[in-house]
Amino acid sequence: MKLFASLLLCLCIPAALAAEATGPKLDIGKGGQCVEDAQWMRKNHPHVLNHQRDETVRMGVRDPKHSLKGCIECHASTKDDSVTARADSFCVACHKYEAVKIDCFECHSNKRQSAWLQRNAK
Amino acid sequence: MNINDLRRRNFLKTSIGAAAVAIAPGFLLFDIAHGKAQAVSGKVRWGMLIDTAQCREGCNDCVTACNKENGLSGGTGATDSQWIRKVDIKDINTGRKVSLPMMCQHCENPPCVDVCPTNASFKRADGIVLVDRHRCIGCRYCMMACPYKARSFVHEPLTDQNPDVPRGKGTVESCTLCVHRIDKGQQPACAESCTNKAILFGNLNDPDSEIAKKIRAVSSVQVRANLGLNTGVRYQGL
Repeated sequence: MKLFASLLLCLCIPAALAAEATGPKLDIGKGGQCVEDAQWMRKNHPHVLNHQRDETVRMGVRDPKHSLKGCIECHASTKDDSVTARADSFCVACHKYEAVKIDCFECHSNKRQSAWLQRNAK
Repeated sequence: MNINDLRRRNFLKTSIGAAAVAIAPGFLLFDIAHGKAQAVSGKVRWGMLIDTAQCREGCNDCVTACNKENGLSGGTGATDSQWIRKVDIKDINTGRKVSLPMMCQHCENPPCVDVCPTNASFKRADGIVLVDRHRCIGCRYCMMACPYKARSFVHEPLTDQNPDVPRGKGTVESCTLCVHRIDKGQQPACAESCTNKAILFGNLNDPDSEIAKKIRAVSSVQVRANLGLNTGVRYQGL
């Protein structure tokens, strides 16, 4: 039993290390304290965004905490103010790694609003 | 209970009170700055009164402001999005000319909502008629149903949209009454930009609002009133 456990441990540790090494490296932008626990957010952000979008569009509930704009404001890269511009951008890095296509940014701006406003101020 | 306990209790009470006083304005300011987190109320009905006597022929300020606010190209071709357009009309019997802006009339009984097969066209509780582009399949029934020709279809991929105004290829769009501005407590871009103050925006349901007082006092009409749609946009001097 001990032998089996140690064998399992030997197999698992390199596998875990390898996964850590080859996992997506992403530019988290300003980062900081997220509105929810980071691990919970990794799993549930699509549900949060889907729920929030319906509330906002159809009922006018503009909750800054769970809005797409809020995500982008913190997580857009500090280099190009975008969440999708490069291979390591916040949204792209994981979604490319997991091969999940997102179509949010066919309509929504991928830019941080403050940066967009600065550029388009007249 | 000795005197120390009492002091400690009083100290805790006052410090909680002080903390509440210090934090409460922060929450209020946060709400004001970031919009509210409750649903819009059905007690409000947003509308406009357009005074055609003040609307100058050849002036395009409202259209330009709308295009800038919502990121429209400004083109007037068959495949360009136009949310608001200037219309010049002339009575052939009398020769009287009138110029007016025409856009989504934000009907109480909108035909676009009736025909939408996916419930993408909808009327918000406060009377603003919108397209939920998450549901829109681009069938364009609403464009055919609208008697005001107010809706446009996006034919080409778009980039660099205003973060407040998402727009994209394959969906229908129209005047949103600048819903993102209204939710922040501002006026629609066209009403704000009109130098002659021809566009009066406000809450039709509030008897004390400027617009409600004015529509009580002056004669105004709905365009195609015979359809019984009860539009939110009314015209004076038409």
